[in-house]
Amino acid sequence: MLEIKDLHIVADGKEIIRGVSLRIQKGRIVALMGPNGSGKSSLVNGIMGHPHYAITQGHILLHDKDITHMPPHEKARNGIFLSMQHAPALPGITVSSFLRNACSALTGKTLPVLSFQNMLEIEMKKLGIDIEMAGRHVNEGFSGGEKKRLDALQLVLFKPQFALLDETDAGLDIDALKIVAETIKQASAVMGILLITHYTRILNYLTPDEVHVLQDGIITRSGGKELAEEIEKQGYKNER
Amino acid sequence: MAFFTVNALDLLRYVSYHIDAYLYDIARSIMIPDDTSVYDKADTAHERYRAGFGVSEDLIREISRQKNEPVWMLEKRLRAFALFLETPLPQWGPDLSGLDLNKITYFVRPDAGESKSWEDVPEDIKRTFDRLGIPEAERTSLGGVGAQYDSDVVYHNIKDEWARQGVVFENMDTAVQNYPDLIRKHFMTSCVPINDHKFAMLHAAVWSGGTFIYVPPGIKVLFPLQAYFRMNAERGGQFEHTLIIADKGSEVSYIEGCSAPRYMTSALHAGCVELFVGEGATIRYSSIENWSLNTYNLNTKRALVEKNGTIEWINGNMGSGTTMLYPCSILVGEGARSESLGIAVAGPGQHQDTGAKVIHVAPRTRSIIRAKSISRGGGVASYRGLVRVGKRADETISHVTCDALILDGASQSHTYPFIKTENTNSEVSHEARTGRIGDDELFYAMSRGLSEERAIQMIVGGFVEEVSKKLPLEYAVEFNRLIDLQMEGAVA
Repeated sequence: MLEIKDLHIVADGKEIIRGVSLRIQKGRIVALMGPNGSGKSSLVNGIMGHPHYAITQGHILLHDKDITHMPPHEKARNGIFLSMQHAPALPGITVSSFLRNACSALTGKTLPVLSFQNMLEIEMKKLGIDIEMAGRHVNEGFSGGEKKRLDALQLVLFKPQFALLDETDAGLDIDALKIVAETIKQASAVMGILLITHYTRILNYLTPDEVHVLQDGIITRSGGKELAEEIEKQGYKNER
Repeated sequence: MAFFTVNALDLLRYVSYHIDAYLYDIARSIMIPDDTSVYDKADTAHERYRAGFGVSEDLIREISRQKNEPVWMLEKRLRAFALFLETPLPQWGPDLSGLDLNKITYFVRPDAGESKSWEDVPEDIKRTFDRLGIPEAERTSLGGVGAQYDSDVVYHNIKDEWARQGVVFENMDTAVQNYPDLIRKHFMTSCVPINDHKFAMLHAAVWSGGTFIYVPPGIKVLFPLQAYFRMNAERGGQFEHTLIIADKGSEVSYIEGCSAPRYMTSALHAGCVELFVGEGATIRYSSIENWSLNTYNLNTKRALVEKNGTIEWINGNMGSGTTMLYPCSILVGEGARSESLGIAVAGPGQHQDTGAKVIHVAPRTRSIIRAKSISRGGGVASYRGLVRVGKRADETISHVTCDALILDGASQSHTYPFIKTENTNSEVSHEARTGRIGDDELFYAMSRGLSEERAIQMIVGGFVEEVSKKLPLEYAVEFNRLIDLQMEGAVA
C-alpha cells in the first residue's frame, strides 16, 4: 500500500498542500478531483520528489517503509510512476532509447536492443501508437494526445506498483481516451492508481473505487463514484 | 573506434551513414572489440629518431633531409621559420603563457614510436581506454607508446579500388615525392599561406606526416576515408598536414582524429588542414580531437570553395587544456555553400576557444554555423566566430546559432561573434542561447529511474546528438560513450 499521511508541500515559499492523507491499495483506482489551482499537480509532483516542491511535514509510506525524502529515481525504482501533466521534451533523445534506458534502470538489468525493440513495437501497436514514434525525440513536437499515449506506453512497460496519473486523459480524442482508459483499467488489476482528473469524462470509461475532492490544498470531500457524478452535474462551487 | 567486428559494422556502414535510432542502439550493443591477433605480426623494429627540444634551422634541414624532400619544400620550411621567428604570439584569445616553445620536441620520426613505456601514460587516460573497451594493441598506439601498425588488409583492398578510379589517398610525406606538381601548387599557398599566423608558420616549418587526398572529377567516394585505420601512427602527430583536393563534381567524406584520448608527451599540437572544393564538388570533413590535457591544440583548418561547391565541417573538441580552432570556409565561387557543425566540451582546467569563420566572396553563397558547447567543473567554452560578406557577395545568406550548456556555477561560456558586412543586399543572422539543464527535464528523467548522473549524461547526449548522428557509426558510438565519461562526476 502507498500511504500519504498529513502531507504538507511548499512551492515558491507558499504552502500549496496543507495536510493531505490518502491510501492507495493495489487493485484500486483512487480518483482525485478538484478545480484548477487546487494543488492536485503539486501533490503528485511533491510525492515523486520534484525539486520545486518541498515536503515540509507528513510522510509517504510504501508498504510501511518511509520514502518521504527519497530521490525521484529511487522512488521510481521502488515502483512508483508519475505521469506528469506537462511532461517536458528531451531533445536529441529518441523514445526507444529513452524507454530502454529507463527500463534498464528500473529493473537493474541491461536489456538487449533487439528484444526490447520487439517488445516495444508490440506494446505500441496495442496502444494504437504509430511505430514511427519510437524514433522521434521524447515529447519534442508531440501533441498533447501523443504525450499522453507515450505515458500510457510507459505505464505498460514499467509495470509500477503505484501509478500517479496527472490528467492523463487531457487532450485525447475519444478513441484515444477509450484506449488509455482501457489501459489504466487493465493496469489497475496489478497496481494501485491515483488518477487526477479535472473533468469526469474519463470516468465514463473507468469506475473509480474512491473519489476525493481537493480544494485549496486539503481534501474537502470523499466518496464513491457517485461523488464524481454529482460533481459533473453541479461543479465544484458548492464544496467550499 | 577500436577495431570492432568488421563484418557487422561494414554492413551497417554500407546501409547508411545516417544513424537512426535503431541502428545506433543496435550497434552500441553489438560492438565488441575484435580479437587483436591481427596486430601481433605487424610490429617490427624501426629505426628511431627523436629530435631534441626546440626548433632551429638545423632541425628543419634535418627533417627535410630525412624525408628526402625536394628543394622547394625545404625553402618553404625555411621561409616559414624566418616568419615565425619575427612574429609575436597572438594577443587575443586564451592564455598561452604556459606554452614554452623551447621545451617541445618538434620531430619524432613517425615510425619510431615514442621512447617511453606504458607505465608513463597517465592513469586517467588508461582508465578511459578501459571504459571505452579499446583493445590492448590500439591502446598502446593511442597512448603514444606503441609501434606503428601497418594498415590492414581491408585498407589495401579498398585502396586498390580507389586507385582504379584515380583516387589518391596517401601519407603526406609520400605525396610530396609522388605528386610534386599537385602538392607544390596547393600546399600552403592559396588556402593557408605560410604567413597566415604564428602557428601556421611554425606548422609550415616543421610539419610532418598527415594525409593527402585527391578525388578526380565526378568521382564520388561513398564511404568516409580514414575510418578504417585510425591507429596508423603516421597520420596523427603534432604537426600533421591534411590536404584534400576534390575536383569538379566529385564527393568525398573524410574523418580524422579519434575520440579516444590521444596521449602526447609534448605539449603542442599545431596541425593544418587545407581543403580545395572544386566546382560542384562536396567535401565532408569530420574530426574528433581529444588530445591529452597537457596539450595546447592550436590548429588551422580552412576550405576554399569554388562555384556551387559544398563544404561540411563537423568538429568535436573534447581534449587538450587549451584549444584554439576556428575552421574557416572561403566561398570564392558563386553559389558555394558552407555548413559548420561544432561541439566543444570544456571540463575541469580546460579552455575551449573554438568557432567557425566564413568569408563570403562570391554572390549567392550560403553559410550555416551551428556551434554547441558544454562546460562543467570550472571549464571555459568560448565561441569565437567570424562571418564576413564581401562587396561582391550579393544575395548571400548566413545563419549562426550558438547553443551553450553550462552544467554548474563554476563553469563559463562566452560568445564572440564578429560579423562584417560590406554588402547591403545580403542576410546575416546570429542567435545565441545559453542554458542549464532544466529542473523539469532532469526530474522527468529521474522519475523514470535514472540516477541524477545518468540523467545528466542522457540529456547531454541529446544535446550533442546533432553532431553524433553525422559521424560514422563507430565514431558516433565512441563519441557518445566519451561524452558519458566526461559527464561522470558532474553531479556534486
